[in-house]
Amino acid sequence: MRKNLNVIAAYSIMMGLIILVGIFQSWNIALSIFNLCLISAVMTMGANIQWGYAGLINFGIMGFTALGGLAAVLISVDPVQEAWSAGGFNILFSLFLIIAMVLAVRYILKNYKKSKNRTYIVSAIIILGIVIIRFISEPGIEAIEGVNPAKTGFLGGLGLPIIFSWVVGAFFAGGLAFVIGKVALGLRADYLAIATLLISEIVIAIIKHEDWLTRGVKNVIGLKRPAPYEVNLQQTDWFISLVEKFNLSKLNLITDLTERQATLNQLVIEGSSVFVKLCYSGLFLVVVIILLILTQKALYSPWGRMMRAIRDNEEAANAMGKNVVKQHLLIFVLGSAIVGIAGAMLVTQDGLFTPGSYRPLRYTFLIWVMVIIGGSGNNFGAILGGFVVWFLWIEAAPIGLYLVNLTTAGLDDTHFLKVHLIESVPYFRFLMMGVGLLVIMRYRPKGILPEKIEIK
Amino acid sequence: MDFVNAIILLLNYIFVPALAYGSQLALGAIFVTLVYGILRFANFATGDMMSFGTMFVILFTFYFQSVGISFGVLPTALLAIPLGIIFMIGYMLIIDKLVFKYYRINKSPPVQLAMVSIGVMFVTQALVRIIIGPSDRRFFDGEKFLIKAGEFKEMTGLNEGLAIKSTQVITIIVTLILVSTLFWFLNKTKTGKSMRAYSDNEDLALLSGIDPKKIVMITWVIAGILATIGGALYGLDKSFKPFTYFNNMLPIFAAAIVGGIGNPFGAFLGGYVIAFSEILLTYAYRKFFMYVLPESMEPDGLIQLLSTDYKFAVSFSILVIVLLYRPSGIFKGKVL
Repeated sequence: MRKNLNVIAAYSIMMGLIILVGIFQSWNIALSIFNLCLISAVMTMGANIQWGYAGLINFGIMGFTALGGLAAVLISVDPVQEAWSAGGFNILFSLFLIIAMVLAVRYILKNYKKSKNRTYIVSAIIILGIVIIRFISEPGIEAIEGVNPAKTGFLGGLGLPIIFSWVVGAFFAGGLAFVIGKVALGLRADYLAIATLLISEIVIAIIKHEDWLTRGVKNVIGLKRPAPYEVNLQQTDWFISLVEKFNLSKLNLITDLTERQATLNQLVIEGSSVFVKLCYSGLFLVVVIILLILTQKALYSPWGRMMRAIRDNEEAANAMGKNVVKQHLLIFVLGSAIVGIAGAMLVTQDGLFTPGSYRPLRYTFLIWVMVIIGGSGNNFGAILGGFVVWFLWIEAAPIGLYLVNLTTAGLDDTHFLKVHLIESVPYFRFLMMGVGLLVIMRYRPKGILPEKIEIK
Repeated sequence: MDFVNAIILLLNYIFVPALAYGSQLALGAIFVTLVYGILRFANFATGDMMSFGTMFVILFTFYFQSVGISFGVLPTALLAIPLGIIFMIGYMLIIDKLVFKYYRINKSPPVQLAMVSIGVMFVTQALVRIIIGPSDRRFFDGEKFLIKAGEFKEMTGLNEGLAIKSTQVITIIVTLILVSTLFWFLNKTKTGKSMRAYSDNEDLALLSGIDPKKIVMITWVIAGILATIGGALYGLDKSFKPFTYFNNMLPIFAAAIVGGIGNPFGAFLGGYVIAFSEILLTYAYRKFFMYVLPESMEPDGLIQLLSTDYKFAVSFSILVIVLLYRPSGIFKGKVL
């Protein structure tokens, strides 16, 4: 108990801050911060597995997040029958060709010795394959994108409940991580960082521009929800009576019947959106707790010990007979899969998929700031980092505004400096993140909750 | 005649723009490579440092314009660049003293320095946005075209016009002057040689009595010059927007690594490799083949290898391929 005191204290402070937001701003804002904190926590757990456990730098978090989001679309949207009949065959045939191409290349690479001829044959297969695939897929893609472009213009998905996409998103991201890991994990640390950063940009470029699959920058809106809709809630009797019960003391103060009814309606509308957010919080909390239990178990298992050994001294671990390459690949896939879950959760919560919104600053670098500030190698630290940084990211504007008003109190309201500073308040969050990261790296390099090595 | 038309077409749409874009990338790539070679970390704040320098240039340009100073047919920004450079070097030295020095003295691993540079990236980005705002800004003035497409057509009697923007010419000339001065400095002067020695083998250089503080300071000074000029040229040619500069970090990194990181000459050529491959692979060759091939063989489609949406993806794919098959870059060899 005693040694966990700092963890408990840190989390209580964090919860207290969110509750304060609930009291002073509104419960709606507090809950939406809380939900995104939970999603960020899942992402940081993924990054922490890679960086904290194994020392692998993955700057491609954005790509895995986007793939998770894509999974949400492909699972939950109803299939567009017309599009399938228009171009489905071409797409399936191209997919088959891609698989055949990969298998052929693999076969050649495996069965023939390295030589110039082999390189030529492999590149010939790839180039020829790409040309053929383009010829076959082009008419199909055009046909699909031509089907009712304002509303669909893509193949649609499977029409399953969106919650399944959390698992599928993990598989998508894990699959991509497997491919990236196979080719790039041999690189030195900073090269790996740059390579993953660029690969994630390629993933985003594909998602943005392959309209037949993702609708691209036209966005997919109105995804299914695992939670009830506000409009439906506002008309259900049990919900109205629940809200009435909660606010009985407040309502009893109002004597006028019509006024009472109006207040109740207002409360029901507010309550419904809070209730929906609570549903999401519950779902996300379940995911976070399950992942936390699993990652904690893994961290203190012999496997976790081996990962730390590899991280701290690769050569020594290799000499002890541990397969460093294989373990690196495994952990890269696992961490990325967790990030994929978070990506699907994010799209589920938003109810829309906007490929244009995936930017490295928000989805890669911010997550890294979270991990470093929270404490890499420590799951509780990483989660706390997700909470703290996201909270600051949202609340930076109000805090910045307060600071600006405080420092420029002596100036006239129309003074150009004051006006300019107030206009640029939204950018104080970047400043805060940067300074926070630099201060933590300098004075507490292991993060708020540093890694503890316990020998059990 | 058709053949000449085809050549002019390629010159107009591929060669000249790629040369200008490549020069802008090359300056950034040399900046990355110098920092990597001497200070030994991947600087993720590259793009934002370039936008920071450009911001000063823009502010001075606006000041000059408001006072009424102009540079004739040339853009006023050229006058503002030296002032911008001074401020930029100041900023870099301050950042180095406050942030990077501590880790350098402690001999932290490069990864940690890269993380720190992410912190610097956030701070710089915030400063740029707070000072000048996130919106698109054009600060070009003076004569826009050196040769206009219409004039060229009249002059030569060809079907295809060749338009050369003055910013493109300025970019290429300034880059050539700057880069040749830099190579002269690195190869011929004593300070330059000691920088190369430091990058090659730090311990040996220290034993030979090279002052590391001086080397680091000069590196930041050169980096400041490169960042400001590279950023200002890009801004003159296109426009200044902090977010674009941040994104430019990616092709710049690609250029530096493709050329062999730590090797300035490689970085210089790497910039052109990236620029040319981006433009060559995404250009629609339909018109070119219409000129070259006989009429019966005219193509139907656009003859475009990749859609322009994948412009960035091209350079990254090249980078990934280079990283996998030749991690030391195309132009490997000695470091710096």
